[in-house]
Amino acid sequence: MDTHDLTAAYALHALDDVERAAYEQHLAHCERCREELAVLTESAAALAWAVESPMPPAHLRGRILDATAADNVVPFRARVRRPWQAIAAVAACAAIGLGIWGATVNNSLHRARAESSTLHIVADPASRKVELNGKSGMVAVAPDGEGVLVVEHLPAAPAGMTYEAWVIPHGGRPQRAGVFRGGDDMTMVKLGMHVPRGATVAATVEKHGGADAPTSKPLLTAQI
Amino acid sequence: MTRELAHLSDEALVALTARAEQSALAELYDRYGRPAYGLALRILRDESLAEDAVQDAFMAIWRTAPRFVPEKGKASTWILTLVHRRSVDVVRREQRRRTDSIDGTHEPRTHGADEEAWLRLQRERVQHALKQLPDQQREALELAYYGGFTQTELAERLGQPLGTIKSRMFMGLARLRELLGDTVMETAWTPTT
Repeated sequence: MDTHDLTAAYALHALDDVERAAYEQHLAHCERCREELAVLTESAAALAWAVESPMPPAHLRGRILDATAADNVVPFRARVRRPWQAIAAVAACAAIGLGIWGATVNNSLHRARAESSTLHIVADPASRKVELNGKSGMVAVAPDGEGVLVVEHLPAAPAGMTYEAWVIPHGGRPQRAGVFRGGDDMTMVKLGMHVPRGATVAATVEKHGGADAPTSKPLLTAQI
Repeated sequence: MTRELAHLSDEALVALTARAEQSALAELYDRYGRPAYGLALRILRDESLAEDAVQDAFMAIWRTAPRFVPEKGKASTWILTLVHRRSVDVVRREQRRRTDSIDGTHEPRTHGADEEAWLRLQRERVQHALKQLPDQQREALELAYYGGFTQTELAERLGQPLGTIKSRMFMGLARLRELLGDTVMETAWTPTT
């Protein structure tokens, strides 16, 4: 089979499973086909715009977001072995390299501050970064108090159990700040509570679903 | 609903999605959910199957965003390609193919107030380009892309050798590219400022 001439059919998703597998194998070492495919795929995708597009049902957006938010674990796929300085540097480079930071700063520095997304908090030089005790990682806290817990090489929580993050204000009681599972090279958890100065961020292992107050000794802490 | 990420490029949003930023995925949905649903509905002809296909595609975006390489193509192409593949996979499974031409097939027509101007503009441009293709090329593209037929099925259905079908698809896509130039290709999304 001459696989070169399957490029258009592949771009149109018009190959059967066997042909597709053969073509994908071919693609791995045919530079010419990869280039041609990139062009033909853009053409094929243009066909998507030719159809009527009624509004999708309003509930679809929520359904999709619910499905992705099954838990608040943020698996950070980059493999990094250094503590927080390196973590923050990697995040910042990724943001700059992809134009996120540039676009943000160019458009509105104001908005950039308002966007306290996880990556922004980690990458933002204005965030306070505190190294963890007990595990490798850090807590980053934005000037507005939004925080992110970053843990490296945290094994997945045992079956039926979960990790739970806590924000403990100075002299106060632990506040629930989200449950997470671990198991990634780098786990990033956006904390569900603002982190005041002097507070401690901690994580414990709890039964699935989390607990109202910590029931075990923290496996990691950071004093902000 | 505020769209605080509205000023970011599609590619930046995919990068944030790769870091599991849900708000970035939500913004991508706000940009492409509608054409995605329209495409799925065109292929599947069933609202509930179309919803499922769009949801599956966005889950795939969520999970595979770290593998997206901006140098290889635009994010909008990647997203719509995922939606297309899911929809075709389902239509093949369900044997629910429809082959009518794209003109006047979907009712109610939603031109007008509730449809954003750029979406209509896009549609008109691509439809105009499609009309300029030789009939046989257009037929091959439409049956494959909207009908979900494989090239072998197309050859049988149209009573043509496989080689002829391949070349019609190739010529059709290449010509479409010429006709559209960079206009549609580059203006899929105009960021709000």
